[in-house]
Amino acid sequence: MTVSTAEMAQARVRADAEARAPLLEVAGLTRRYGARIGCADIGFDLWPGEVLGVVGESGSGKSTLLACLAGHLAPDAGRVLWRDRDGRARDVLAIPEPERRLLARTDWAFVRQNPRDGLRMGVSAGGNIGERLMAGGARHYGRIRGAAADWLARVEIDAGRIDDTPRAFSGGMQQRLQIARNLVSGPRLVLMDEPTGGLDVSVQARLLDLLRGLVREMGLSAIVVTHDLAVARLLAHRLMVMKDGRVVETGLTDQVLDDPQHAYTQLLVSSALRL
Amino acid sequence: MTPDDADYTFAYLDEATKRMIRRAVLKAVAIPGYQTPFASREMPMPYGWGTGGVQLTAACLTPDDVLKVIDQGADDTTNAVSIRAFFAKVAGVATTESTREATIIQTRHRIPETPLTEDQIMVFQVPIPEPLRFLEPRETETRRMHALADYGLMQVRLYEDVARHGAVTLAYAYPVRVAGRYVMDPSPIPRFDNPKLDRSPALMLFGAGREQRIYALPPWTRVESLDFEDHPFEASKPDRPCALCGAEDSYLDEVIVDDAGGRMFVCSDTDHCANRRAAGAQASAP
Amino acid sequence: MTRAVSERPAGAGMIAVRAVAKRFTLHNQGGAVIEALRGAALDVRAGECVALTGASGAGKSTLMRMIWGDYRIGAGSIRVAGVELAGADPRTVLALRRDRIGHVSQFLRVVPRVPARDVVAEPLLALGAPREAARARAEALLARLNIPPALWGLSPTTFSGGEQQRVNVARGFVHPFPVLLLDEPTASLDGANRATVLDLIREAKARGAAILGIFHDADARAQVCDRDVDVGAFRP
Repeated sequence: MTVSTAEMAQARVRADAEARAPLLEVAGLTRRYGARIGCADIGFDLWPGEVLGVVGESGSGKSTLLACLAGHLAPDAGRVLWRDRDGRARDVLAIPEPERRLLARTDWAFVRQNPRDGLRMGVSAGGNIGERLMAGGARHYGRIRGAAADWLARVEIDAGRIDDTPRAFSGGMQQRLQIARNLVSGPRLVLMDEPTGGLDVSVQARLLDLLRGLVREMGLSAIVVTHDLAVARLLAHRLMVMKDGRVVETGLTDQVLDDPQHAYTQLLVSSALRL
Repeated sequence: MTPDDADYTFAYLDEATKRMIRRAVLKAVAIPGYQTPFASREMPMPYGWGTGGVQLTAACLTPDDVLKVIDQGADDTTNAVSIRAFFAKVAGVATTESTREATIIQTRHRIPETPLTEDQIMVFQVPIPEPLRFLEPRETETRRMHALADYGLMQVRLYEDVARHGAVTLAYAYPVRVAGRYVMDPSPIPRFDNPKLDRSPALMLFGAGREQRIYALPPWTRVESLDFEDHPFEASKPDRPCALCGAEDSYLDEVIVDDAGGRMFVCSDTDHCANRRAAGAQASAP
Repeated sequence: MTRAVSERPAGAGMIAVRAVAKRFTLHNQGGAVIEALRGAALDVRAGECVALTGASGAGKSTLMRMIWGDYRIGAGSIRVAGVELAGADPRTVLALRRDRIGHVSQFLRVVPRVPARDVVAEPLLALGAPREAARARAEALLARLNIPPALWGLSPTTFSGGEQQRVNVARGFVHPFPVLLLDEPTASLDGANRATVLDLIREAKARGAAILGIFHDADARAQVCDRDVDVGAFRP
């Protein structure tokens, strides 16, 4: 873990820089709840190393979109193409369940707003981090534990807490543990649902810094759903603004925030307390 | 069978039920380690007393079979005696306490010390067939986990044990992987018995009456106890010889012998212990 | 990322602005339309420093922001290092910023608890530089700009205005970018630090950087700028 992580990340950053195809291609993604629209006709490309922010108010459809991408919800229409490690485009919505689950515990990660939903609260921090490795076939206790300790350090949790359960952790620590649990398998795509929501402001800043560093060092691609424009500003390269289930504006993050074109985006930006 | 008993179907269950159970057994044998549902019947005994095992035994018995029933390794405990008497009455089959003579052995919590043969069937009584039950309570989810061989969580459970205690502490019902595919609960046998499951020449059938599941290990099936490369599985037993026959290599029960807290360790397999003593073995003087 | 392939026509500058217009439509204020610029044009060549001048509100910052890419280009063309920014997709703009443009803004926008040395080193890390080398370069620049070492490990959000401004300058000059955009780089600086910043600008010019700046400080402008472009001429 220790020697290769930096080299692997460097190799990946180089590979991503030369990437000629998006990691994820989404087109016409639609999900209805009866007559009501969850999200409609969503389309975008996500390139390797890119962080896409999805902003909008509660009920704008951003969490529905994320759930459809993650496979937690079945969309009614649309297509999601995923470029696998061999460069092949796979239709995520059509691949068999075993393969999709394999993807979900190797190449994809999902960070939930409430760490209690994303952690096993009765399992130690080390066990939480090790689960993806063990699910992937790791059977060497010492190496699993070594990787867990390494990741605790990377998310700034004292290694002495490795055998404590997350119940004994603060909210910020729980969220960092959830991130470690997700990133230990070296995923290429991370989906995050309000990753800093529910945290104190001081804790938020620490988490944002951590996420920025990990995104850069691991060459991660990420889709971050947030209603917090300040979080979007600091994390996302690119923004998608959603309202009533549809995308109303999209573009470079500071373009969208500093020179919003759509009436709704202007309202959203002018309503923010401080940016 | 005496003429008086002719009103009973052979071995208590009606033929249609036995056929249903045999079909489940065939499916279970075809998919080693997979929990096959079956329509468990009410038996004249409470759940937890071996209703699953009794139904399997009833479905497998032929008039020529010789039945042995053990409970915690012993032939002379209430449950073992009752089930043996039950089948002697409703099937008229011969019964035995000898592992070598038996063709079908119904068991709770043990596998005999005497090596089994290809001519024998082991029938295990199973309280909880789902090895993932205490990790994931939702049956819908555990079934999906089996279907997708998604067993990371089971390994997490072992990881937690090693992290807390330095070793896997499960003393019984130690989970196994069958033929490299399904993770299976071997029933509450001591982990000492797990190696006896691996490539056993006897057919092993597992029945859970309350939970309505049958699963099986066909003869010679590969059965691995889950472990870590650097914390390999160990079949453990009390580190002393049997106080009666002196056996060093058999599983021992701890028996309280007086009101002063005196105790002794003796073979849990009573047939094995008796055979050894009959052949002249004895414990060396303490 | 898309490489900023140079497609610069002969004679055009590293920064080439042609017939650029910008208007703002304020949807939430009755759809009011504000015409900010029309017919803006300028060139900045390698080794040259050009000042944007004009009264407050003339559109200096608006033009600067379109060149940096955080305002959309209403009409016309802006090429930086040969890359067309009008209608460019975000990846192109980000790649251009990362590889080609050093930017010193008036505002320091950073994650609150990140230490000053890492804020300054970030453009180098984004280019794939090793962490230690990037930090060393950042510290050298902070030292040159008289930020005491005791502050390097602290977040600049707690710094004074002048200190924040110098952190911003350091961030813009940490890598030898071929294009520099400077928005009031000497504002709120005392004499010694102001002189250091002007030296940095001279050095950048000498190595061939194309520099576009806004300087309220007329003396500073006179010292480093080769010519002025009056943005007032582009008022609609």
